[in-house]
Amino acid sequence: MKLILHIWRQRGPNDAGKMVSYDVPDASPEMSFLEMLDVLNERLIEKGEEPVAFDHDCREGICGMCGIVINGIPHGPRPATTTCQLHMRTFNDGDQIFLEPWRAKAFPVVRDLVVDRSAFDRVISAGGFVSVNTGSAPEANSVPVAKKDADLAMDAAQCIGCGACVAACPNASAMLFTSAKVSHLGILPQGRPEAATRVQKMVSQMDAEGFGNCTNTRECEAACPKSIGVEFIARMNREYLCAALTDRPEAEGGGGV
Amino acid sequence: MGGSTGCWVSETLRSSIGKKGLMAVTGLMLFGFVVIHLLGNLQVYLPDKQALTQYGHLIKSKPAVLWGARLSLLAIVLVHAAAAILLAMENSAARPVKYHVRQWREAGYAARTMIISGPLILAYVVYHLLHFTTGHAHPDFNPDDVYRNVIVGFQNKAVALTYIVAMVMLATHLSHGLWSLCQTLGFNHPKYTPALRFASIAVATAIGAGYISIPVSVMLGILK
Repeated sequence: MKLILHIWRQRGPNDAGKMVSYDVPDASPEMSFLEMLDVLNERLIEKGEEPVAFDHDCREGICGMCGIVINGIPHGPRPATTTCQLHMRTFNDGDQIFLEPWRAKAFPVVRDLVVDRSAFDRVISAGGFVSVNTGSAPEANSVPVAKKDADLAMDAAQCIGCGACVAACPNASAMLFTSAKVSHLGILPQGRPEAATRVQKMVSQMDAEGFGNCTNTRECEAACPKSIGVEFIARMNREYLCAALTDRPEAEGGGGV
Repeated sequence: MGGSTGCWVSETLRSSIGKKGLMAVTGLMLFGFVVIHLLGNLQVYLPDKQALTQYGHLIKSKPAVLWGARLSLLAIVLVHAAAAILLAMENSAARPVKYHVRQWREAGYAARTMIISGPLILAYVVYHLLHFTTGHAHPDFNPDDVYRNVIVGFQNKAVALTYIVAMVMLATHLSHGLWSLCQTLGFNHPKYTPALRFASIAVATAIGAGYISIPVSVMLGILK
């Protein structure tokens, strides 16, 4: 396969950056997208040029490290597929492919296609603790969890924190990510005691990080490699608005009644 | 929350979800107005040509109620617009560097243009008030004959066409807005969301068609 890549090159956080075109004359359809970039990088290194920086780790679609906006779609054209699981057979010989980093103020570009997603870590840590006892394994039926609740919580817990939802959103909103993190704990009985404070703190942190606001376009759902749905966003809206009305702050010396 | 010491109401309303909630609640109220206004307008088709005019007199018969409703609507519009402006400014700031190439998979035209259709509808409402309420933009305005004002007003093809374009924009805005406000207020469930999304488009289309039928009927000579 002959390909022409247009790649965003940016030396560092303060560099202006620009699109640079590269020919890849010998890509094979069996290569993964990242292997194709590996081939390009080896050639760049041989020529003494700086290789293209991109994030990757497990290369089996479960770690959440990789992520490139490919032809205007985060993780490329295949639904429910991370960049590392995308293969060149998805493209045609002679294609021009545009590669850009996630674009969001909250995800500053580190270099080329690598962005800093630590805003996500701060949203997660703002959520605080979950009441789970440590020590030996608990008796399996001491806290009953209905199958349908477990399934729903697992659907939310599938989030690998890749940030494709933010990249896909016309407003760079992190609502799908935050709602998945709020829901996968909030749906389970173990996560209920802190649910009201958790949702308020996580939304507050999400806002403070400079993500945009949700306009319910559902682009996030389409881009999510784990097919997490916007139903979780509605669930978070519900939980947040209810928490605002019902949550009471901790009071000195009693329940505050 | 957020290290601030403000009261919980302002903290909630200033959050992203709070501002969206304000958009949703005021949007729902404006939708209610649009439905009631359409039902009022459709009296133009009643065999009694004085029905619409009498309805106009009925509305104006209690100034306290009339002005209460007008000021409430104004406040609702202001909250809807202010929240929209704040949200849009934050959204634009959230992505300082744009993509070179962008493909949309789910976001429809209506969803992506809410911030454009909204102000255009507001601009049209201002003209509409000058046209049919105060009469400043009407060639031959008679405050006591609502029916005739409508017929004369829409006999001008440019005026009728502007109205039709504005109502298409209103329907487009509602086709996303109705579903979107339910989602923002937390209503999303596999049991009813597919129906809600369909109903959003169907209701918006019906409202747009209802409004548009009036200038079309005038231009075709069905109403005269």
